[in-house]
Amino acid sequence: MTVFLAAGALANAGGAVGAGLAAMGAGIGIGQIGKGAVEAIARQPEASNDIRANMILAAALVEGAALFAIIIGFLAMVL
Amino acid sequence: MVYKSIKTILALVFSTILLALSYNVIAQEGDTKTAESHVEEKKEGFNAKEVIFGHIMDAHEFHFFEYEGSDGQKHPITIPLPVVLYSQQKGLSFFMSSAFEHGHKEVNGYKLNEDGKVIPVQEGIKVYDFSLTRNVVQMILALAILVWLMISVAKSYTKGLGVTSAPKGKQNLVEVMVAFVRDEVAKPNLAHKANKYLPYLLTVFFFILINNIIGLIPGTANVTGNIAFTIVLGVISFVVIMFSSNSHYWGHIFNPPGVPGFVKPILVLVEFLSVFIKPFALIIRLFANMVAGHIIIICLISLIFIFAQINPAIGWGASPVSIAFTIFIYFIELLVAFLQAFIFTVLTAVFIGQAFEGEHAPGEPHDDAVIV
Repeated sequence: MTVFLAAGALANAGGAVGAGLAAMGAGIGIGQIGKGAVEAIARQPEASNDIRANMILAAALVEGAALFAIIIGFLAMVL
Repeated sequence: MVYKSIKTILALVFSTILLALSYNVIAQEGDTKTAESHVEEKKEGFNAKEVIFGHIMDAHEFHFFEYEGSDGQKHPITIPLPVVLYSQQKGLSFFMSSAFEHGHKEVNGYKLNEDGKVIPVQEGIKVYDFSLTRNVVQMILALAILVWLMISVAKSYTKGLGVTSAPKGKQNLVEVMVAFVRDEVAKPNLAHKANKYLPYLLTVFFFILINNIIGLIPGTANVTGNIAFTIVLGVISFVVIMFSSNSHYWGHIFNPPGVPGFVKPILVLVEFLSVFIKPFALIIRLFANMVAGHIIIICLISLIFIFAQINPAIGWGASPVSIAFTIFIYFIELLVAFLQAFIFTVLTAVFIGQAFEGEHAPGEPHDDAVIV
């Protein structure tokens, strides 16, 4: 009967790699939101308050998705 | 002059964090017995996992720090909290958690397991735990602060202060935040029904905010980073959204307009699931943000002790870098405290608004900023 001895360590490694990828995705996503927002403010500075509110809302949604993945990575380590 | 006061403030913050977050590292000599050497159950020295989980999980006491006394024993400095248990066999038990003496003693047939939870000594007895743990006590404290603040400010408004004149004292603080939630969160998303939902939105906003901020103080409980707390908030938001939904909303879910026939089954499934996934995302977002912030801060400080285990000199060398990063992350966590409270509130308002928006002519676009 073979036992996969590295299972626990691989689970930890998988969880950490997954969380890292999620952080990368969040970084790219929120960076693009920021880029769009800053360009929009540059075009029309009077609208900066509205743009900022929408930017924060969209950033929170993207970050929520990334945090899902981080929680799954954490679960991979713990379970 | 300004630089001097910033320096003083920085020195004060630095010293407080250093004092409040220090742990004792115990170095132990290796086991000299060779024949009957037994495996050590607990890793001596610094156990980072134990420290991290000890901070983010609930506990039956407020734990501040522990010092090593003259007899070589560790003395933890804690505030014990009441333990309230009910089981069929033993009935209601009420005692302070100091009776457990940090897990060394059994009380009334109950003991603390290594995670700090109360378990019966005899296996198999069902115990219901109604204790006032530190999360509960912190929530009650936040509630007390909130009730006192809001009622005293409301009273000063009814007395006439700040109605036609400039606001005074606490009114300044509360008016800014309430006006912000009303004008940026409730009115744009809820239009004419804003005042109906404002009590709930304000309660959720301030409760999450106060618990977030108190949780940043070392020694307090991690309430908003507790999945049970966020689940309850998410479920309450879900119930509010469901009660404000109308037939138009459900019509759009089960019969999305302007969708080709072959895509409809998939889209109906996705739309129906999204009714449940949106509050679920609210739950996970708040929980993960707060717990991640706490874990980052604890890990950065733990780095010092992890390095110190390898070599005390590296430990000292890592301290300034670690502390600098920790202070930086603390400022970000302060921002995240406000941001997450705001995001929970604004997304709840958006979902409620989507649930009762009325008929619009075909082809007319939805008038909210983000369609989620």
